[in-house]
Amino acid sequence: MIDVLLITFLITLFYMAIANRMLTYIRVLAFQGVLLFVVVFIQLKEVSTINLVLIMLETIIFKSIAVPMFLAYVLKRNKITREAEPYLPNFVSLLITTFIVVVTILLSNSIKDTHLDKIFFVVALSTLFFGLYIIASRRKIITHVMGYLVIENGVFVLSLAVGNEMPMLVNLGIMLDIFASVLILGIFLNKIGDVFKDIDVSSLTNLKDY
Amino acid sequence: MTLIYLIAGFSIATGLFLNRNRAINNSLLVVFLLFQVAFSVYSCYHKNVTELEYFTFDSLGILLLLTISVIAIPSVIHSKIYIVKHNESAQSRAIYFAALVVLITSIGAAYLANHIAVTWIFTELTTLSASALIYHHRNKLALEGTWKYVFICAISITFVFIGILFLSLSLGNAGSEDLTFANLRANSALLNPFWLRLAFLFIFTGFTAKLGLVPMFTAGIDAKDLAPGPAGALLATVLMNLGFVGIFRMYIVIANTPLHHWANLVVGSAAFLSLFVATVYMIRVKNIKRMLAYSGIEHMGLVMLGVAAGGVGYYAAILHVVLHALVKSSLFFQYNQLHRVFQNKSIYYVGNYFKYNPTGAMVLLLGFISATAMPPSGLFVSEFLIFRALFEAHYIFILILVLLLLTMIIWAFGKNIFKILFIPAVDFNESNVPKISPWESVSQFILLGGAVYLGLNPPAEFVQLINDSISLLPQ
Repeated sequence: MIDVLLITFLITLFYMAIANRMLTYIRVLAFQGVLLFVVVFIQLKEVSTINLVLIMLETIIFKSIAVPMFLAYVLKRNKITREAEPYLPNFVSLLITTFIVVVTILLSNSIKDTHLDKIFFVVALSTLFFGLYIIASRRKIITHVMGYLVIENGVFVLSLAVGNEMPMLVNLGIMLDIFASVLILGIFLNKIGDVFKDIDVSSLTNLKDY
Repeated sequence: MTLIYLIAGFSIATGLFLNRNRAINNSLLVVFLLFQVAFSVYSCYHKNVTELEYFTFDSLGILLLLTISVIAIPSVIHSKIYIVKHNESAQSRAIYFAALVVLITSIGAAYLANHIAVTWIFTELTTLSASALIYHHRNKLALEGTWKYVFICAISITFVFIGILFLSLSLGNAGSEDLTFANLRANSALLNPFWLRLAFLFIFTGFTAKLGLVPMFTAGIDAKDLAPGPAGALLATVLMNLGFVGIFRMYIVIANTPLHHWANLVVGSAAFLSLFVATVYMIRVKNIKRMLAYSGIEHMGLVMLGVAAGGVGYYAAILHVVLHALVKSSLFFQYNQLHRVFQNKSIYYVGNYFKYNPTGAMVLLLGFISATAMPPSGLFVSEFLIFRALFEAHYIFILILVLLLLTMIIWAFGKNIFKILFIPAVDFNESNVPKISPWESVSQFILLGGAVYLGLNPPAEFVQLINDSISLLPQ
């Protein structure tokens, strides 16, 4: 069951690579949150109630409801156009994503460690690299935030791969999410929307050495 | 005491944030500084005591805690001058000082943390408080700088977290899941080398955003440029030291494993690349604050080269970190007076500073001599020891390249500083140059003098602290 969920998670990455509209990205992020919750629910069997509540807060409330709603609000408020505007054509994006996944599978096959759940590791690592790729290949600032959220999802999966015995680390990961993303999303995107006319990476090139 | 310090720090910050009255604001800041100094004095008398389970007063922590206390006092004073001169509103003053106090408290706590995850949490807190300081001016450039800083720091902090996860994987065989540095050192023989390598790479990359090394140095440059001078002084010195602490504690763990040589290679190449990058930017840069920030990149590159070389390099690296903090902070404090005279950051519109503010110009000149490690600067001693360490480790080729790069940096730095000091600025209107009291430069002279004293004639206790902090490394 977990395998199916994780593979579905991987497929959402491919979908994201070729998606055109900003709303699709937001929906995919919300869906990933739900997937993560189900995975955690099945994975962590003997977990305390407080821990479970924390994880639910983090995945369902935070990742699937609050952040997507907030992103949709930001889109609307700043009148961001609905195209994702990638630098590369979608076909190339798809190829690169495939490449990332294949490389991580090869990499994880070369690891001999009994403590590691390989499928978790593959999904986590490809999500990480895919997030970095999204950040590098899209023009809008808001897609950078989405790339960062994808990376966070990857870290979440990774902490599940290791964190089976270590709930403290999972909690720490939750803290990371709530702290950093709320700050990044909340304060500054709206400010950027107020100050700069179009919300585009090219408007952030005024800091120079001379 | 740690608990009292943390509670005091954060509650004073809350008080500063809520309060709009000038007198209460001042007294809260004085109380905070008293707490800060008392805490560092207390730490000296409780060496190697662990408090609250996660904080240990070890030698490296004490040394850097003393440094931050020494720098915090002039930083608050100069911030006060800055806020008054700029006629800032009560609200922006409240946010500024609250962020400053949170920054100092969380850096102090992160120095002492003996658990890598605790270091990580407080590093995250420094990002949050620093972003409030960078965004102080609330204009377009500040927004851009803050966005970049927060984004890059968020990614780096995620990297550190991934590193911590890998570290716990590498502890898999040790039968203990405790991620304190002491436990990691104790089990260093049992760590799985593959995961340890990955963990070190990720943790190193993550902390370079704070330390200011290749690859994540860019965000820090914007931050130091845009934060007000006194806050920039903290970002350029004690916050960089926090990155050093994170990397150095992890380095001690890996240095006691067979991966020592590999770690040296990683650290050394990042350090050398940073020196190279710093040289390239120093030659081109025309913004005075960014020039100082790039000089910080150069110094941290030297420090990490010293660590990579080993031997006497370890001692030199820690000495260099402390002395650099004193020298660079004094230059940043001085910058604000310069800006009050010329109202410009660009070297093109600044010049003949000796005519307008002789005392400040003296600070700039002495600071330049200190920062480029010319005798009698204390940094001369530490850089000399780093070169000796490189020589003894048979990195002769690297040493020659480093010396070449440093020569270029001195040339570029000197060219700009002497332009500021002696060559008249174009179209500068002399009629409304403000009079700047020489008293505002006293703290800078003390800091620069302290750097000379600690370098040339280090007190026995100081040497002892440095030797203790490197005693865990294989000699």
